[in-house]
Amino acid sequence: MPRLSAEAEITSVPAPAAGRAEVIRTEKLTKVYPGGVKAVDEIDLGVYEGEIFGLLGPNGAGKTTTTGMLTTTVIPTSGRAWVGGIDVIAQPALAKQVIGVVPQTNTLDRALTVWENLYYHGRFFGMSAKEARAEADFRLEQFRLTDRAKMPVLALSGGMAQRLMVARSILHHPAILFLDEPTAGLDPQSRIALWEILGQLHAQGQTILLTTHYMEEADQLCDRLAIVDHGRLLALDTPGALKRSIDADTVITISADGDLDRLAAMLRDSVAGVDNTQQVDGSVALGVRGSRAALRDVIAVAERGGYAINDISVSEPTLETVFIQLTGKDLRD
Amino acid sequence: MTTATAPVAPTPAVSLRRPLRPTRAAAITAFKALLLRDLTVQRKNLKEFIPRTILQPFLLVFVFTYVFPRIGTGVGGGGGRAAAFSTTLVSGVVGMAIMFQGIQQVALPMVQEFGYTKEIEDRVMAPMPVWMVAIGKVVNGALCGLFSALLVFPIAAVVPATPVHLHVNWPVLLTITPLACLLSASFGLTFGTRFDPRQVPILFGVILIPITFLGAIYYPWTSLSAIKVGGFSWLKWLVVLNPLVYICEGFRAALTRSPHMSLWVVYLVMIGFTAALLYLGIKGFRRRVLS
Repeated sequence: MPRLSAEAEITSVPAPAAGRAEVIRTEKLTKVYPGGVKAVDEIDLGVYEGEIFGLLGPNGAGKTTTTGMLTTTVIPTSGRAWVGGIDVIAQPALAKQVIGVVPQTNTLDRALTVWENLYYHGRFFGMSAKEARAEADFRLEQFRLTDRAKMPVLALSGGMAQRLMVARSILHHPAILFLDEPTAGLDPQSRIALWEILGQLHAQGQTILLTTHYMEEADQLCDRLAIVDHGRLLALDTPGALKRSIDADTVITISADGDLDRLAAMLRDSVAGVDNTQQVDGSVALGVRGSRAALRDVIAVAERGGYAINDISVSEPTLETVFIQLTGKDLRD
Repeated sequence: MTTATAPVAPTPAVSLRRPLRPTRAAAITAFKALLLRDLTVQRKNLKEFIPRTILQPFLLVFVFTYVFPRIGTGVGGGGGRAAAFSTTLVSGVVGMAIMFQGIQQVALPMVQEFGYTKEIEDRVMAPMPVWMVAIGKVVNGALCGLFSALLVFPIAAVVPATPVHLHVNWPVLLTITPLACLLSASFGLTFGTRFDPRQVPILFGVILIPITFLGAIYYPWTSLSAIKVGGFSWLKWLVVLNPLVYICEGFRAALTRSPHMSLWVVYLVMIGFTAALLYLGIKGFRRRVLS
């Protein structure tokens, strides 16, 4: 049986003069589930203080497992991880003091009211009755739930339950807040409300790590992003830099019937400035650089090749484009 | 105790938004808050808890020791032997009430929480080791067991139509009671972590029913010597696997002068069962919570 570990003496690691403090750091963090499934494969991450950091990837990419390892509920197979300077693997009980977690499922305590969910959470984290009461009142006010205080949590709508979970997760002032797919299953209005809340927390200096498979969410909210797939980290940068990393300033997507391999080859050969082509869902996406006239050429080439064009669109590169280029597949698959 | 690893990340210092508290102190505070939370929930559920807890023992005592003697079909024969049966049943009913709390307060809610509500995850994130969350469940279940014993005991002592001969051995009562409560709650923890919601009927039909019918509630264990095949008291030795036997025999020794199993055996086996079930229960709990 695990023992309670000794006194915490690791709060103040001396800071180098330069560089930002990392609230999360992982080194070759790996999780292999029984049966040999490698959910996370040697991931190295650093999350800076005060930033919103996103883990972007399709379902099954290893985002939830990574979050699980950083929040002590998944035991890594190998590698190391620190949260708030605390070794998560060696001192999970201590690490729990500095993390707030909003998991994918509703984990509100159904035996308690809305207010009690917050109050007892404060007590779990060592607040006095008075302090926990004040914090619970304050957070209900902040998250516009005061009029629901005495309700059972089952009476809350999905959006309100989500707000309460966020309120609960930050009640004890964690150094880092984890949100696992926070907007999955929320209606558009609740999603926007949650984005606003996260924006406010960010403005107050809260470090946040969120996982998502919505690229708009990652693009809008995150200061920096890690793109993950099959448990591996494929790219890590700001959304802007990731999009710039594609050597193209325009993406033309053409949907047509017939042999798309041949169409892609024709377009590569005949259209000026084509940087790359990708095939997704019955269409060909072309990354084009510095050529405004490309659209006209694309249509001409396709028609010359005898293709019936179903649809054609021009856009800036998105994170979707980045993801497709990195993995060769659509994020929505 | 020392920590062997050097938990120093190669990063500049993070300014924590709240000072870290020593692991042990934080865990103890969290554990107390966990019990406080359980107490709040129990207080809210009192209106359900009381009828649920007393109805079955009340009907059992009422039918066997009030109705049967009145209509002339007394169990255990008429007259003095009926009185002996009422006396025997007191300890059985108290033991059974405690055993049921292990299932109702620990096992069933846990099956639900692990099965679909997942609400236990929040308490698992409280700043304490996971095994302490499991112990919290056991302590709460044990306290509920104690409370139900206090509710049920007067019923078993007062309802019977025939006199109940109580003779309280306080040292035994004051040690058997907490031990029985802990054993039952640990039993609940072990089964709560091993069953999923679909299997709850099995938990009742295949585990709980044999335990109660063969748990020395209605008869002293020693009397099973009479049931023999080829000179071997098979039933008497079959039921030694049943933890309720020791609980009921312990209460028999604590509350009455009825014949009972040797107290040494009762204590040793109860302590052994509690330790084993706690170990298995915590192991199961960790397996369900951590991956």
